[in-house]
Amino acid sequence: MPLTDGFMYPNEVELQWSVLIVLYPFLTGLVAGAFILASLERVFRVEAVKPTYRLALLTALAFLLVAPMPLQLHLGHPERSFEMYLTPHRSSAMAMFGFVYLWYLMAVLVLEIWLDYRKDIVLLAQSTTGLKRLFYRVLTLGSNNISPNALAIDNRVGYIVTVIGIPSAFLLHGYVGFIFGSVKANPWWSTPLMPVVFLFSAMVSGIAAVMLLYMLLNRLRKQPIDMRCVDTVAKYLFYAFIIDFSLEMLDLIHRIYEADESFHSLDFMVHSRLYISQIVVQILLGTVLPIALLGLTQIAKFTEIVRKRIYVSAGCLTLIGIFAMRWNVVIGGQLFSKSFLGYTTYKMGFVAKEGLLPAILLTLLPFFILWALVKLLPPWPEEETTHMAHGTAAGD
Amino acid sequence: MNITRRHFLVLLPAAALAWEHVLAGTPELSSNYNTSDHWWGMLVDIEKCIGCGSCVRACAKENNVPDGYYRTWIERYRIKEVNGLETLEVDSPDGGKNGFPSSDEPGVKQFFVPKMCNHCADSPCTQVCPVGATFVSPDGVVLIDEKYCLGCRYCIQACPYGCRFLHPEKNVAQKCTLCYHRITQGLTTACCENCPTGARQLADLKNPKDPIHEFLRTHKVQVLKPHLATQAKLYYNGLDGAVR
Repeated sequence: MPLTDGFMYPNEVELQWSVLIVLYPFLTGLVAGAFILASLERVFRVEAVKPTYRLALLTALAFLLVAPMPLQLHLGHPERSFEMYLTPHRSSAMAMFGFVYLWYLMAVLVLEIWLDYRKDIVLLAQSTTGLKRLFYRVLTLGSNNISPNALAIDNRVGYIVTVIGIPSAFLLHGYVGFIFGSVKANPWWSTPLMPVVFLFSAMVSGIAAVMLLYMLLNRLRKQPIDMRCVDTVAKYLFYAFIIDFSLEMLDLIHRIYEADESFHSLDFMVHSRLYISQIVVQILLGTVLPIALLGLTQIAKFTEIVRKRIYVSAGCLTLIGIFAMRWNVVIGGQLFSKSFLGYTTYKMGFVAKEGLLPAILLTLLPFFILWALVKLLPPWPEEETTHMAHGTAAGD
Repeated sequence: MNITRRHFLVLLPAAALAWEHVLAGTPELSSNYNTSDHWWGMLVDIEKCIGCGSCVRACAKENNVPDGYYRTWIERYRIKEVNGLETLEVDSPDGGKNGFPSSDEPGVKQFFVPKMCNHCADSPCTQVCPVGATFVSPDGVVLIDEKYCLGCRYCIQACPYGCRFLHPEKNVAQKCTLCYHRITQGLTTACCENCPTGARQLADLKNPKDPIHEFLRTHKVQVLKPHLATQAKLYYNGLDGAVR
């Protein structure tokens, strides 16, 4: 039995939502953030971030494919999860999950990737052989028209999809925040700021992840890192982080100033059981330090190598901080009694259905999917050129 | 479609079984009980509760509640005054199933509070269920369809009173059903039946002859956490402000 202090309602001693539910908002946050970064180039014409555009889309897809897995693993009856599509309960925020997810996956992300890669897919279907050729031919969906007119239509439709995609990405992650923020029984969760905080933290984590992946993959490919691109991405990361931190501080100050009946209980929790994960990891290491590091690069001139190191450090700290934020929301919200008279502890198994091992595997899985996606649909401009050359040759 | 006599004879028992299955899902046929004639709630008189735990034991036995989980439980509140300041101690060892050790400490205000599902009319738990597996029945009882529940536990998070739990073997949410299988047969709940002091009373708010109406008119009755506006139907007489 978990250790308890004070009085818990007897059914509250055991935590209901585990590390897998921590993972779910973390993964969807990366999806939403990566997509917002991609839209910077497509919709807002921030040309400097173009080298990350396709990588951001593929990253979003890789993480989106894995996002429902922790939920599925968490369910007491995973075989019944399809009922959410067949008989959704309209008053339930969670019931909308399947629809929001499908909309985002199929109507936005997959469509946008397909439109953006269509020319490459057609060229690859012509230049490859064997199973690969079959794979790309299936992906063309029977359309081999890559005339300038057709590509212009692709581009136009892709633009519209991205414009629709931005509110969809907001919906995807804002909705995840709403699942928590709308639980009036739990004062740690119940705040209208929750969807907004989730959204901005999502943007922060997604931008940081794509920035790190871009730098890592270019290093692995022994290609030069486009510093103008990384500087711009880091600048947007800094801006998004400032908004995110301000919102979180607003929430904190509001709670302290209002000091409702739950305040003493929550305050004690933050100063005891959540001290390390919230004060030290989330706020100091995961927020203040990366903001300070990114802020430094905005006000002082550093050499390229120093900037790279700062960005990598800030990016890693950001991801740790955002994961800690998800942890503190999900786990922290279950550590205190709804009677406000006691506290429990979270005991995480290792090799268990909802233990640490499946959580680690599910965190790594998107990287394998991304690796496969990058192999099949190379997001690099120079390879695009190579394929185009191949295509032209084949066309000749 | 051609159905031979042989086919018909084979299909007949299957059809009979299917029809029985359809009938089994129709509660009205089991008695003359009419859901629209009732609106169930419960009255708890804190002054009468002696913390004996009979209700918890009866509930566990009647509903086969797994060990360590509670469809109903009793909390003991002890309020002491030390240097002019009130200190509060609350406990509920094993849900109060085996009663509480006696305490004659002077200057301590002590009382017992039986708890269970509040069968809220605007229940947050039914609102959040993604598939509608938990619902308010037409006669005002919050129930769970165990064959439909996903085990997502959102309802457990949404209940402000800590009344729900995940059944460790069935992997579905469970809670007090107000002994629906009994009250639809004209019986009272197991906890009410076994309370030696009458501290718990099942109440039919739609029945004009039910003594609850007279009681509510003549007593100062409160519900738990009224600020959450759940329209709870678990009414407490003599509820101390310290109770959460």
